[in-house]
Amino acid sequence: MSGQASTRAVPMATSSRWSLLVVRLDRSAGAVFILPAVLVILTFSIFPLLASLYVSLTRLSFSEGGIHLTFVGLGNYAKLVVGIDRTHFIGVTVPLTPLTAAVLFVVYGGFAFLLVRYLRGPGRSVLGFVGRLVTAVIAGALVWLVVDTVMTSGRPGTLVVTLIYVSVDVSVQYLLALGLALLVVQRLPGRRLFRVVFLLPMMITPVGVAYLFRMLTDTSKGPLYPLWAHFGLTDVSWVTNPWGARLAVMIGDVWQWTPFIFIVLLASIESLPVELNEAAVVDGANRWQMFWAITFPQILPATATVVLIRLIEAFKIVDLPNVLTNGGPGTATESLTLHAYTIWRALDIGGSAAVAYMLLIVVTFVGIAYVNLFRRRVAAMA
Amino acid sequence: MAATRARRHRSYAINRPSPAVTVLSYALLVTWAVVVLFPLYWLAVTSLKTPLDVNGGPFYFPFRDFKPTLESWRYIFVDLGEDTFRPYLNTVVVGLTSTAITLLLGSMAAYGLVRMHYRVRFAAIASFVAGLLAAVAVIAAGGPWQLALPGGFALFLLLLQTVARRFKRALGNDDIAFWMISQRMLPPVAVVIPIYIFFQQLSLLDTWAALIISYVAAHLPIVVWLMRDYFQSVPLELEESAAIDGASRYRIFRSIVLPLAVPGLVATFLFVLVFAWNEYLIALFLTSANAQTLPLTVAAQNATRGPQWWYMSVLILIMITPVIAMAIALERFIARGLLVGAVKG
Repeated sequence: MSGQASTRAVPMATSSRWSLLVVRLDRSAGAVFILPAVLVILTFSIFPLLASLYVSLTRLSFSEGGIHLTFVGLGNYAKLVVGIDRTHFIGVTVPLTPLTAAVLFVVYGGFAFLLVRYLRGPGRSVLGFVGRLVTAVIAGALVWLVVDTVMTSGRPGTLVVTLIYVSVDVSVQYLLALGLALLVVQRLPGRRLFRVVFLLPMMITPVGVAYLFRMLTDTSKGPLYPLWAHFGLTDVSWVTNPWGARLAVMIGDVWQWTPFIFIVLLASIESLPVELNEAAVVDGANRWQMFWAITFPQILPATATVVLIRLIEAFKIVDLPNVLTNGGPGTATESLTLHAYTIWRALDIGGSAAVAYMLLIVVTFVGIAYVNLFRRRVAAMA
Repeated sequence: MAATRARRHRSYAINRPSPAVTVLSYALLVTWAVVVLFPLYWLAVTSLKTPLDVNGGPFYFPFRDFKPTLESWRYIFVDLGEDTFRPYLNTVVVGLTSTAITLLLGSMAAYGLVRMHYRVRFAAIASFVAGLLAAVAVIAAGGPWQLALPGGFALFLLLLQTVARRFKRALGNDDIAFWMISQRMLPPVAVVIPIYIFFQQLSLLDTWAALIISYVAAHLPIVVWLMRDYFQSVPLELEESAAIDGASRYRIFRSIVLPLAVPGLVATFLFVLVFAWNEYLIALFLTSANAQTLPLTVAAQNATRGPQWWYMSVLILIMITPVIAMAIALERFIARGLLVGAVKG
């Protein structure tokens, strides 16, 4: 009898203890959801961040009994910005020409207009203005750098080349991906085949893509040989022309990463409720109006996210220029990461970390400006 | 009745384009498909060529332009044999495991960031940094990390309990999310040596665990950011009615939110898998013989005699085959209409 009672009592006790646990767990759900990810990221971000910051302030030397790190302060950074590596990192700058002055005048005028409009607008605040002013100053400096080294007889350094890669790659990829996503959400026979095919480039390992494009761009035995021969280009391997080489790198990057934006936008469009579109059709809207008024605003959050991720990843481009052109001709196609990589191979570990940190600073600036000026507004709209 | 039928009919018509649009669409789709497929076709024919045929000039069609041979395939599968299969197994295990863990932890964090309000006080972060700096200082001075890390943690807790309570300024969800994505901003070149030392200290070099942990940490921010948007589009009404019915947060997450976010989950799964599958630099540093992955095998075909295009082509092809199979199997989940009617009920 008693045995029976106890067997009945035990499950009851455990179930009440269990439900108590569930209640407790539910109350701390916020922490349970986010803490695992935060802890993992924290563990693996802080140590590399601090370690490479420290290394960037030192110079590696080989001495008796192993390696030795000598503290050099900001020496590695000074070398990049004002020292012997300036032409490599920033490029060769020249005095203003009428053309560059005109371009800069227009760009800076635009910045000033936006600032004035913000000051006159309803939502102004001191912090907001200071943030925008700082953004305008840094962005202005970067624009000057690009204009002054590209549109003149100057020569762009790795910083400028990376900025060019990022802006061209991400915008071309986004436009292509959006167009392709809109094409394959239509009810066309065979659209599922196209969807899978369009994903293929992303699946190849980046090193592999780089070698693949080296095969394709070969002007003497690559598959495009008849084309080169037709234009008489077989002797002038286009990888020896700075802009040709950069174009090859950018085409490779667009080829590989358009699928990434494509699949995010596709999933986003496909998860939209159809009711709004139905209502619009009833109201007699055409396709163009439906896209701008319904689809586009709804996929803006996904757009903002995927563009930010691509921006960050695009800044780290390394395999294509490394394998395709080896950074050449000269340093014409060298990206910041490749720059860090080359001097790292030359055992200048401190200098390499300094380049990496410069990249971190630029990407952080671009990321913060992007999030504050664009993404937050989009999130508020949605 | 007739009206609803007409409306349903029209809703189908939304995405059924007119003949002119259809032709134009196909033209554009086929153009891009050719751009995508031609390089892959070139890989396929290169894998069937002898070195002589590859270097002899552009030959496009097997049998017509050159005599195809399976020599390269034989070399990869038979001569290399074990040196192909072991990296292959490593890639599969590391790729799938790390992707599964990343997706789980990342979705949870993303859901938390979308539906709950977090406040991280500045003072708490300052305490943390102070504890960390103390630990770093001890280690830099030559102290053992096994003692310094718990010591720093104790200092952090101490400061948190005493000083930090007095200050109220806090960071919100957006700041946490930005902090997460900012972890992807440092280029891998700067990260690999610290990571190497980290796993060396734990004696985990050249193991699956080291790669899996690194990939989870590296790809979590991407999952969090992408899943946030997909969770945002799950109607709040559904979650609220489930909560009124007494479902716990976990239950709502598992039974309502996750199933409704399947298109996003599938898309995210696919490219986290692709990232882990193809990662090169971290694998180069953390593995040597046992845990080596396929991207290293591909890069290794750039030998002293120049790139061995024919072997490389075979390797790239066998490397993407399983991912393509996965994409074909999962593509149908990225489809419209999972949310249709869910809100009305």
